[in-house]
Amino acid sequence: MESVRWLLAAAGVEFEEELLETREQYEKLLQDGALMFQQVPMVEIDGMKLVQTRAILNYIAATHNLCGRDLKERALIDMYVEGTTDLMQLILMFPFLSAEDKEKQHALIVQKATNRYFPAYEKVLRDHGQDYLVGNQFSWADIHLFEAILMVEEKKCDVLSEFPQLQMFKARISNMPRIKKFLEPGSQRKPIPDDKYVETVRRVLQMYYNVKASV
Amino acid sequence: MELTELESSLREQAIRTSLMAGKPKLYYFNGRGRMESVRWLLAAAGIEFVEEFLETREQYEKLLQDGALLFQQVPMVEIDGMKMVQTRAILGYIAAKHNLYGKNLKERALIDMYVEGTRDLMDLIRVHHKFSSEEQEKNLALINERATARYFPVYEKVLKDHGTEFLVGNQLTWADVQLIEAILMVEEKVSTILSKFPLLQDFKTRMCNIPTIKKFLQPGSQRKPPPDESYVVTANRVFNRK
Repeated sequence: MESVRWLLAAAGVEFEEELLETREQYEKLLQDGALMFQQVPMVEIDGMKLVQTRAILNYIAATHNLCGRDLKERALIDMYVEGTTDLMQLILMFPFLSAEDKEKQHALIVQKATNRYFPAYEKVLRDHGQDYLVGNQFSWADIHLFEAILMVEEKKCDVLSEFPQLQMFKARISNMPRIKKFLEPGSQRKPIPDDKYVETVRRVLQMYYNVKASV
Repeated sequence: MELTELESSLREQAIRTSLMAGKPKLYYFNGRGRMESVRWLLAAAGIEFVEEFLETREQYEKLLQDGALLFQQVPMVEIDGMKMVQTRAILGYIAAKHNLYGKNLKERALIDMYVEGTRDLMDLIRVHHKFSSEEQEKNLALINERATARYFPVYEKVLKDHGTEFLVGNQLTWADVQLIEAILMVEEKVSTILSKFPLLQDFKTRMCNIPTIKKFLQPGSQRKPPPDESYVVTANRVFNRK
């Protein structure tokens, strides 16, 4: 759900949260037919109960002018977002891994970030010399990349050392007023997942007991 | 002036090449994998396409060296001057360009939800052949459970609730094409999977009768068969996997 929080914050949209803490809350949502595929995230927005993170993010981006000006810009944004999603996916499962698998996963995250994903975005920025990834205006792709950078830095704080364009990009995005506000203590940004979070998720969803490191 | 046979054939070739220049070009293995949904959507939209099949490590390395693969991965589709990667991005572009993405943002949101659901189901099948026979048994049970308890009931209900032929907005969209693809894939694993879903059975019949889809389902089309041993061997070779 964190990408949804980031996008809403970047779009300047206030939102509320119902945080799942008990199995009963989840079962009630299921019984009420509120979860199309029995899964969360779910976002009630504009009279819809949207599920599937990409569908939610797509809708928010499109309704707030963060999707590019035409089909080709949208195509670029979609490609870039899918790339950052793949990178973030490696980090998403991290808290659920055994200590041994965490070590493997950590190495994989850093390797993919520095050899596959960050070089691609570094090149995009270097090639057009503009402030934002697509069409010289702020889009969903930028906020998603920013979030991914922060997540990887939490694993290796100097991961951007060979990426000067991304360092400048990060500084620029951090200084945007809404982003700055979201980065401050007291915002709805969530902290890095801890054991309590893992325990809650497992208890509420009764899943993710046996997650393995990515190959 | 009469054309010689050679001139005639060269001219034919040139015409063919220039016609082909407009067609999307798919770079992938000669098999379903992640590219099959792209083939389905292009076919359903009536768009002709050409394919370059990856068979050797060298082909893949050349693509990498040429900078043709944004994240070093396939699928890649050359379309409208772009080298698109990431299956969802490719499908979204084709859908939007060919009027298969709904009439407004709310329809688009429904389509997105539905295709994400079918994508999750198809992913279970896409990787099935990689498992050991013991794991395949478990995976088959999971596919069966997910199809009949999680995904198909949703689409059955959608069709029931608004009584129209298509999932969204009373016209063919990406959501319908991906659902028919998913239904056929699951049926290859569990042939009776639609037994409790009468509306999906009707949906399947209707979709298979749409002329572009009917054509794609015939032998000789660019539709690919389910993965076999040679597909696995080729993929491992190209990606240097053990």
